[in-house]
Amino acid sequence: MESPDGLELYTRMSFLRRFLEKVDSLYRQGQIHGPVHLGLGQEAIAIGAASVLRPGDYSIGTYRGHAHALARGAPPDAVLAELLGRTGGICAGKGGSMHITSVEHGYYGSYAIVGAHLPVACGLAWAAKIRHTDQVTVCFFGDGAVNIGAFHEAVNLAAVWRLPVVFVCENNWYMEYTPIADVIPVARPAADRAAAYGLAPVVVDGNDVLAVRQVIGDAVAAARNQQGPSLIEAQTYRLKGHSGADGGSYRPADEVARWALREPLLLSRAALLRAGTAEAALDEIDSRARAGLAALARDVLARPVPDPATAWTDVWSDGGWQWRN
Amino acid sequence: MAELTYRQAVAAALAQEMARDERVVLLGEDVASGGVFKTTGGLRERFGPDRVWDTPISEQAIAGAAMGAAMAGLRPVAEIMFADFYATCWDQVANEIAKIRYMTGGQVSMPLVLRGANGSGGLGFGSQHGQSAENWAMCVPGLKIVSPAGPAEAFGLLAAAIRDNDPVLVFEHKALYGGKENVPEGEHVLPLGRARTVRSGGDVTLVGLSITVRTCLAAADELAAAGVEAEVIDLRTLVPLDAAAVLASVARTGRLVVVEENPGQLGWGASIAAIAAQEAFGDLVAPVTRVSGGNVPLPVAASLEAEVDVSPQRVVAAIRGLLDRGKQVSGTRHRER
Repeated sequence: MESPDGLELYTRMSFLRRFLEKVDSLYRQGQIHGPVHLGLGQEAIAIGAASVLRPGDYSIGTYRGHAHALARGAPPDAVLAELLGRTGGICAGKGGSMHITSVEHGYYGSYAIVGAHLPVACGLAWAAKIRHTDQVTVCFFGDGAVNIGAFHEAVNLAAVWRLPVVFVCENNWYMEYTPIADVIPVARPAADRAAAYGLAPVVVDGNDVLAVRQVIGDAVAAARNQQGPSLIEAQTYRLKGHSGADGGSYRPADEVARWALREPLLLSRAALLRAGTAEAALDEIDSRARAGLAALARDVLARPVPDPATAWTDVWSDGGWQWRN
Repeated sequence: MAELTYRQAVAAALAQEMARDERVVLLGEDVASGGVFKTTGGLRERFGPDRVWDTPISEQAIAGAAMGAAMAGLRPVAEIMFADFYATCWDQVANEIAKIRYMTGGQVSMPLVLRGANGSGGLGFGSQHGQSAENWAMCVPGLKIVSPAGPAEAFGLLAAAIRDNDPVLVFEHKALYGGKENVPEGEHVLPLGRARTVRSGGDVTLVGLSITVRTCLAAADELAAAGVEAEVIDLRTLVPLDAAAVLASVARTGRLVVVEENPGQLGWGASIAAIAAQEAFGDLVAPVTRVSGGNVPLPVAASLEAEVDVSPQRVVAAIRGLLDRGKQVSGTRHRER
């Protein structure tokens, strides 16, 4: 497997950032039918984690899942077409923003019921265990998910079955509009619950892509070596609201300002500059990503919408929808 | 032919499919030790621990793990011990398993089976262990629904469900587990979506499912003594639904009685009745009639349970009403038979 350096990780994060900014802008222009949930500010987790996975590994995430699909290699034009309701959408227009999936790239879906996919992650990992392969499953979820029953059932099952799965809680400190501290009696939503499953409490700076890469990399290696599951809390912060429609005004201004100074691209940029990378080179990476996204959006918007007849396909494995004769 | 009980037939179908396809794996509460209804006996010993997995009491984890494994290419069979427990994992079943193929534009298949004990049958299991829950699934596009009425069906339909590439919920009736029947020797598979005419008759069509097939047959015997010949159709599966078999029978008899064990409120019988009303209106000489379980939670005391469960007597009473009705209206369009 290639081992990306800091500049490569910055380049990938920069592309994700511009992609999500473009989605935000298209949403505000009314080009997106339905809600969007942006991972702006949480790019380091997606990129850092994906950088330690092999092509056969599984990952799975939430409705805030664009970054996780793209990080595994999902084609940006197909993701954007899905968001914009154009032909060539990665889910053929039937999933939309909350269900971006790219099985071909090992990303087994974005799930819009909070916590629902943690048991599914167990199943992916269970299949690898039954087949005695060394495939690992990485499951991303938010801090709000630790309060739903499926979290408990899944982490418990993974622990007792010693499944090769890494649970990654993206703690952005807000359960939708509510501070996580208001709805959980411990300071660290995931880490402080790890002991209940016989797991170590692991916390990582989710805005530091190299730290994420290191910590998730260790957990993935352990899972690959049949040492069982891990539960990691990656602490981060949304740069925007919960969804496209949410301005995030419930968050104190000083808190937002504090986190803005340590968002992942700034951190990565500062580290690269310290290591001697020229600022112009980083600017060039950013502007190339911006220009690429602008062109991509124009192209995708010019595509036709899906043929209405395709609404009737793919309920069943025979391709159709009929439930009776 | 071998005589098997319904529960033996379930175990035999699982064994047949596990021997045939190593991707078939089992999970559920107590399944390794044979299961509380003794439907998985001997399978762990025969196929080993990689094929039969005991789980915690965690229905969301059971259903979700089955889903993940199915996406990864296995063909899991998960036991949900009592159908009532679907309520605890309904998100996995209705929101995830049923929809994932469609939501992903066909990127994944969901070849899994969820199976377990369903229904009342007068056993005193009450409101949380005695419901007939097929209806819960029937309003969710993307789920197939199987309810075997006897051992041969329990065997053949479960085998078909395991081979199917879509999610199938198999509702085994707990009051039928002990019943015996001859099951064909060798490989036994019955197609999904094909109803069976278990008794022929020209006066009225009775449609049953699972245990109510028995109810319909008992009613038909009683009516036969009075000179009324009932045709009894065993639906076998609700999705896919063999509506054509029902409509063809109604075209011959002109009368339709649908018998379901669950409460009548939006029961599956309502769908059958609606289809007949819309598509067989010209054939009907009497109103489509439904006999269903009472619209109350299921009580436990035997006298109360019997009051609300379906029974042959209630079916017979419904049919007598229809025959009288038929006489009144059929003067102008008496059926040629």
